[in-house]
Amino acid sequence: MMVSELMKVEDDKARASLPEAIVRYIESVRSCEHGESYLIAVLHKVQEHFGYLDMRQMSAVSQLMQIPSAKVTGVASFYHFFTFVPRGKHKLAICLGTACFVKGAGQVLDKIKELLRVDVGHTTKDQLFSLDVARCVGACALAPVLIVDEKVYANVKPDDVARILEEYGFAAKK
Amino acid sequence: MADKNVTLFINDVRTTVPSSSTIMQAADAVGINIPRLCYHPDLSVLGACRVCIVEVEGQRNPVASCAFPVTEGMKVRTSSPLLRRLRRDIVELILDNHPQDCQTCERNGTCELQKLAYDMGVKTRLFAGERKRFPVDESSPAVIRNPEKCILCGRCVRVCDEVQSVHNLSQQKRGFKTVVAPAQGGKMQDSVCIQCGQCVNVCPTAAFVQQDETDKVFAALSDPAKHVVVQTAPAIRATIGEGFGYAPGTPTTGKLVTALRMMGFAKVFDTNFGADLTIIEEATEFLSRLQKNERLPLITSCSPGWINYLEKFHPELIPNTSSCKSPMSMMSTLIKTYYAEQNGIDPKNVYVVAVMPCTAKKFERTRVEHKAPSGAPYTDAVLTTRELIHMLKCMGIDFRDLADGTFDTPLGISSGASDIFGATGGVMEAALRTAYEKLTGQPCPDLDFVQVRGVEGVKEASLEIAGTTVNIGVANGLNNAKMLLEKVRSGEKQFHLIEIMACPGGCVAGGGQPYPPVGMHVLDPELARLRAKALYSIDHAKSIRRSYENPAVITLYEEFLGGPNSHLAHELLHTHYEPKFPRGVV
Repeated sequence: MMVSELMKVEDDKARASLPEAIVRYIESVRSCEHGESYLIAVLHKVQEHFGYLDMRQMSAVSQLMQIPSAKVTGVASFYHFFTFVPRGKHKLAICLGTACFVKGAGQVLDKIKELLRVDVGHTTKDQLFSLDVARCVGACALAPVLIVDEKVYANVKPDDVARILEEYGFAAKK
Repeated sequence: MADKNVTLFINDVRTTVPSSSTIMQAADAVGINIPRLCYHPDLSVLGACRVCIVEVEGQRNPVASCAFPVTEGMKVRTSSPLLRRLRRDIVELILDNHPQDCQTCERNGTCELQKLAYDMGVKTRLFAGERKRFPVDESSPAVIRNPEKCILCGRCVRVCDEVQSVHNLSQQKRGFKTVVAPAQGGKMQDSVCIQCGQCVNVCPTAAFVQQDETDKVFAALSDPAKHVVVQTAPAIRATIGEGFGYAPGTPTTGKLVTALRMMGFAKVFDTNFGADLTIIEEATEFLSRLQKNERLPLITSCSPGWINYLEKFHPELIPNTSSCKSPMSMMSTLIKTYYAEQNGIDPKNVYVVAVMPCTAKKFERTRVEHKAPSGAPYTDAVLTTRELIHMLKCMGIDFRDLADGTFDTPLGISSGASDIFGATGGVMEAALRTAYEKLTGQPCPDLDFVQVRGVEGVKEASLEIAGTTVNIGVANGLNNAKMLLEKVRSGEKQFHLIEIMACPGGCVAGGGQPYPPVGMHVLDPELARLRAKALYSIDHAKSIRRSYENPAVITLYEEFLGGPNSHLAHELLHTHYEPKFPRGVV
């Protein structure tokens, strides 16, 4: 195969790694002044689509935006919002803000970790739940607060955890 | 626009400097050396470490002098009880997040952090808390990355971006977990790294060091079953003296040969022989392409850092690049074929050590293209100049007191053209001396092609040879190469011959060269100029200064190879390249 053909294959591979809409978006911003400054916006779109960022997609972003790969992952790993771990079907966020923490959110978190056998920032083996912590969700009167997907659970105690998780398909090992 | 001057007072000393200066530059001009760490004069200003803080009248807090511009009438104080305490605190905090293993560290004695701690008067450690822990990345055959020793000064990131345009390194993650690493914190070997070793050169600590092959060489030297042969690159003779207190630019060829012989090498050969051979092969290749007007410009292939860059960043230029192996690999191949055959030695027992100014040669050595049909590499070990200095000190060889020795024949005979291979423009000049004769049938009347000398990043010239205009380009440092290649790509200029060396200044400033003496710095053009001057002086003193006049090379072609670009020459002295991944962003 000619060198030029090989390079085209690489480009096609980068394109194929991303949804067409994102490829089009990258092409539209590349011609803008300071096109590289759209990197965060592009990464948001990629994460929105896939639920997380992996090396294959970030390499594709790097090639299509012509931003070195080390810079792309440097930006992505700097911001807390971006995640490199596939997210579960349901997203748990336990608030560890001052009020929630004082009212025992730490113990609730421990219970979740114990039941799901998962660490903060990670996803359960069955891909059902991913666990994150939040810093004050502005509902201190309801402390401690656990958010599952869009639903807010108030005054959560460690003993409530199993019941809440069961609503989302969790089956405790007897 | 002419730069206006401003007058300011540094420690009550009145000084006038250009208005674009920083406080640090103004202080340097009056002989005040403000302590510094992340600052590097040839890289962009980062202002990350805050060691260079000074007090400026009217400013509430001390400011970083490396980044703070001078203004008219400014009053600066560079030393005070407060500044001394703050600077010491800053250095102490860095030390608390750094392994305290100076005695066993590769940079013991050459570490800028170690020196700074002493200068700032850090005598004791007050805290023993958590510090960052990262695994050492030894995946690359050329460069070791040890993030625990990293102080996040960002010099490696800047040199990789600004000088080499490789952009392999960046800070990943943040806060306490920040680490300088290739994409996604991956391994150096799986990255776009081109192994040039400039990160090793600019690193103030031992966060980047070369792969150490000294133990392997010591073991080979004491193995009676092995016939251990050494070859030394052109640039070594211009720099090794620095390891023993000679001023930069002192040529020490004779002492180098004696030292190598004392170490126990059975033969001391000269990579220069390979360089002469490279010139003849490359000039033949060039003439053939020029006559057919195909695959021009021809691009040189001696620099392994450039070859890595070619394969990862510019694979479209592979057809243009000379198929010649580097002088090192030509030499090693000939030692294990021609030399072994002539002397009745089984190549299996021959152990070839190459002393190189270069970390990328350690990688080149491992390429499958540079292995014998048996699968064994032609080059068994590559030592950088720094490693050889270490070995000599370790063996107690007193370099300064050595008598001058001469290289062994026949693979130690060389022309002056080969000596200048170590300087940017040198390969071009050597090639022109031979190409001229081949094009015109006459020996070249003036051997000094001054158009291609000097440490400028890009040099271009047009020469009239035998009625043909030959456009040549020379680039050192890959960012400069990138600019030159852009002209090729866009068709802005039709070049015929291009020389590229990956390191800024050429091999004399390679990634394996000695750390500069006090008063000079890595990337210092003056340092590269002095070292190159040593090579030009060696060339000038030689009676044979054209590669094709090297009698040993002539004999080699007659006895063994048959002729330039012959079938056997192709088999032994030429190689091929292919696109490599991950592909870099140009």
